[in-house]
Amino acid sequence: MKNLCVIALKEIQEGLRNRWVLATTLLLAALALSLTFLGNAPTGSGIGSGRLDVVIVSLSSLTIFLIPLIALLISHDAIVGEMERGTMLLLLSYPVGRRQVVLGKFLGHLVILAFATVAGYGAAAVALVASGASIDAASWLAFLSLIGSSVLLGAVFIAIGFLASVTVRERSTAAGVAIGVWLLFVLIYDMALLGVLVVDQGRTIGAGALNALLLVNPTDAYRLLNFGAGGAGTLTGMSGAAANATLGPGTLAGALVLWTALPLILSMLLFSRKEL
Amino acid sequence: MSETVCLTGVTKTYAGVEAIRDASYSLKASETVALVGHNGAGKTTMIKLMLGLIHPTAGSVRVLGENPAAGAFAARRKLGYLPEHVSFNMALTGAETLAFYARLKGAPKSDIPRLLEHVGLADAARRRVGTYSKGMRQRLGLAQALLGEPALLLLDEPTTGLDPALRRHFYDLLQAMRAAGATILMSSHALTELESQVDRVIIADRGRVIADGSIEALRAIAKLPVRLRLGFRDAGSPPDIAGIRWRPLGGGSVETETTPEGKMELIRRIVAANGNLADLDVIVPTLDELYAHFLSRKEAAE
Repeated sequence: MKNLCVIALKEIQEGLRNRWVLATTLLLAALALSLTFLGNAPTGSGIGSGRLDVVIVSLSSLTIFLIPLIALLISHDAIVGEMERGTMLLLLSYPVGRRQVVLGKFLGHLVILAFATVAGYGAAAVALVASGASIDAASWLAFLSLIGSSVLLGAVFIAIGFLASVTVRERSTAAGVAIGVWLLFVLIYDMALLGVLVVDQGRTIGAGALNALLLVNPTDAYRLLNFGAGGAGTLTGMSGAAANATLGPGTLAGALVLWTALPLILSMLLFSRKEL
Repeated sequence: MSETVCLTGVTKTYAGVEAIRDASYSLKASETVALVGHNGAGKTTMIKLMLGLIHPTAGSVRVLGENPAAGAFAARRKLGYLPEHVSFNMALTGAETLAFYARLKGAPKSDIPRLLEHVGLADAARRRVGTYSKGMRQRLGLAQALLGEPALLLLDEPTTGLDPALRRHFYDLLQAMRAAGATILMSSHALTELESQVDRVIIADRGRVIADGSIEALRAIAKLPVRLRLGFRDAGSPPDIAGIRWRPLGGGSVETETTPEGKMELIRRIVAANGNLADLDVIVPTLDELYAHFLSRKEAAE
């Protein structure tokens, strides 16, 4: 347990030192702030739906693209990078288990990403409150759920990045795999699914199959979790899809947790068996 | 003396290629051992086996009473390792790097400034490792290996990148560790330099241990000739001794070869025969020569 903390803290220390934390936080904050103010212009300020709900919708669309990318960027290098630089050999000669190394690094990366998300998106909420918008409790709840689920989405892709990092032998391969994973889950999968649904016209793919297909992609689970719920749902039209695909928030969050745990456990097992 | 490392019939195969074949030896406390061999002789693989980073294909490895690959870590707290190409995260300072490793090993914090001082990095402790020269990184590597007063030090090419003054200091450090009862295993190419520093030499070639013993013992096995070199005052000439041919060197001195056993007898006769003798050097085979001898003997046997 102590070793876990030591390794996680070192990851955070390195993240602070090489400015990953700063860069990620600033990027997320800048995008969140610009979405908050620019994105509100067309809907008119505070008419109809709450302003925070509009922010939630635009922020979750942004998150789907950005958070997986950031998560994969920091995580794909975690194991293979240290192997290539030669620091892993020394680390593993210390009284620390290999599973502890993977888990500790994962926790460190997760803290970095969580900090950037909370600080960046939080800045948008703070700015909104400061500008005098009135926000009801339901919107706040949806906003908290946005932050929580965004961190969870980040965890999914950090875990996937780790899996790539322990499987390959070179950093450049890990980077290639990471880009491939991002393209697949963020762009290709949804386009392919849409194409299949259009061709199928609802003949063979029923609600159950659609549910399964949406849960297989963590970004879709995230999308449903945020677009389908509360006031935000009415803004997106996703409420329609969410009603058809009858998935509760618990199932969706569970899918994300499972998407984190499985790649992480698999990378710990693979790394334990690796000969150096 | 107690055993700290014990290899019994160890074979390690990588994808059908034998990196180590049937290696058996044990190391004792307070012993400094040189592991000598070409690149690819299996030196680093042996060290990795002792660290438990890889499993032996056959045979057993015991380090400080444990199987190092079993996943128990009591032994690793008492073990210091310096990899061949040591590297650290460039963004952290020397002191931060050492603090990280000290926490993992459970070594006291007071070790950090003491060791930095020891390896001459006290002034650079607050600078990023990225700004360090190669020699400074090597010294930081040595400092981390010395954390927690290890009972076993595994040093892979420890003196590469160290200048002569630092090398001397490095060997002084090792003397202190040895006096404290630590086993030190060094792999190296710098044979001449190791000669006066080690109690024992293990010569490996293509994964096999081909010689193991103190330098004196290896000399006795190798039966390499001892050379005698004489120098003379003004009108001196080499003594006329039956069966001895003198080879002239520059500056009027001469040299001949003899066996280790015949050395003393020959010296007596030289001293008795010639009054003009000004100088007498006994040149015993160096570790370099012993190493070359054992390698060529093995090749001849194959």
